[in-house]
Amino acid sequence: MTNNIVEIDNLSFGYKGRLLHKSINMAFPRGKVVAIMGGSGSGKTTLLRLIGGQIRPNLGEVRVNGKVMHEQDRAGIYQLRSKMGMLFQHGALFTDLSVFENVAFPMREHTDLNEAMIKDLVLMKLNAVGLRGAYNLMPNELSGGMARRVSLARAIALDPDIIMYDEPFAGLDPISLRVICELIRSLNDALGATSIIVTHDVQDTFSIADYVYFVANGEVAAEGTPHDLMQSTLPFVHQFVHAEKDGPVPFHYPAGDYRAELMHE
Amino acid sequence: MIRSSLLVSVIRTLRGIGNRMIERIWRLGAGARLFLLTIIYSGDCFRRFHLTIREIYSTGVMSLLIIIVSGFFVGMVLALQGYYTLQKYGSSEAIGVLVALSLLRELGPVVTALLFAGRAGTAITAEIGLMKATEQLSAMEMMAVSPIARVIAPRFWAGVISMPILATIFSMVGILGAYLVAVPVIGVDEGAFWSQMQANVDIHIDIVNGIIKSFVFGIACTMIALFEGFDAPPTAEGVSRATTRTVVTSSLVVLGLDFVLTSFMLTV
Repeated sequence: MTNNIVEIDNLSFGYKGRLLHKSINMAFPRGKVVAIMGGSGSGKTTLLRLIGGQIRPNLGEVRVNGKVMHEQDRAGIYQLRSKMGMLFQHGALFTDLSVFENVAFPMREHTDLNEAMIKDLVLMKLNAVGLRGAYNLMPNELSGGMARRVSLARAIALDPDIIMYDEPFAGLDPISLRVICELIRSLNDALGATSIIVTHDVQDTFSIADYVYFVANGEVAAEGTPHDLMQSTLPFVHQFVHAEKDGPVPFHYPAGDYRAELMHE
Repeated sequence: MIRSSLLVSVIRTLRGIGNRMIERIWRLGAGARLFLLTIIYSGDCFRRFHLTIREIYSTGVMSLLIIIVSGFFVGMVLALQGYYTLQKYGSSEAIGVLVALSLLRELGPVVTALLFAGRAGTAITAEIGLMKATEQLSAMEMMAVSPIARVIAPRFWAGVISMPILATIFSMVGILGAYLVAVPVIGVDEGAFWSQMQANVDIHIDIVNGIIKSFVFGIACTMIALFEGFDAPPTAEGVSRATTRTVVTSSLVVLGLDFVLTSFMLTV
């Protein structure tokens, strides 16, 4: 059995006449935290959807646990997804269910556990994210950071092998950001899972990731450990990692000659 | 020059009409596909009937107030209008029959369906649309739970079960309202009111056909509401337009189906 739980092999994907990914190759080893970074619109979230089988590639393969995702029937995809957890950018909590009911949802759908056991497991998961006391609250009573932690508790409810995070740090205050950051690492190590993080946040991601892929112009522009990428002299990576205003990703949107336009007016 | 620009304008108009027609047909196909998938995935919402009961409360019970109030006023107006027409022909005693047949055959199922589309249909569309916009449906998919089995099917069956019950309540309350206007207010004989109704309302032709109509309207209105929500663009404007389309489409479909069903029932 390969050491990689997810493998992306020569993948190409596009829609509405726009090619988003060109012959991408990625590997996600078991038990590691791997980040996918890149500019807005570079197709990072689309990669998560391809791994989760929500969309099919135009060319190439996405293999999860050795099985090609888009060759599976609905039952096969659901079977692979039962070993996945996903944290969506804004939590995606079910607004008509309480915190407890949200975390209990996957257990009730996929197991025959009695209510007493479900209660114990839910409180255990909520305790892991520091929200055991909030079990009775409704999603609209939670702050953004709390909602994301509840969503994380739900994502790990069935002890998944793969946990995917879509922009887990977006819009959080520094305290919540650090909490989520450390939870991602600690839960990954405790569960022995593989975490795939799609993010823009360089500093916090580099503090927890084992490996990073940079995606730009539909390709993997760079890859390596956080230490390697901090030292990278590749212009795009350097601009991204050091948050430089101008570089391969230009500050100015393409336009005509400025002087000529002013004089014309 | 003018001729060529006119030609371009005509071609552009035809192309726009063609694109809209293609889009309508695509949506019809997508709606039919969703209906088929809803039926296929319905097993779970009967095995776990508490999911459907919860939705029956949201769509049916929460619509009771508007159905009862509307039925009451419709019955009262029917009695007033009916009396002043019938008394010209010396048939004011038939007011009970007129109201009962109007409500049971037509107004009960049709007005209930229109009110249901406006109240429960828009709520369903907005709820599903917002679930899509906030990625709740995607989250369900990623948890290996079919949103059609868990969200769409229970709401569909809740609408189908609720509609005939609501239509029956509408007709009952309408007859009560007509009685209150016709007998104590106008002075129609109470015995004549009820006895003529009893003699002339047929359980098969009038009551059962009315229930069949409301059953069909329930399928149509609920499915339209579910499809519009499921297909809505995940934006505020998208959900807003979807709720408007739910009401408009449901209203037109109900009126069209009413004509078809009435023609069929009267010829059989």
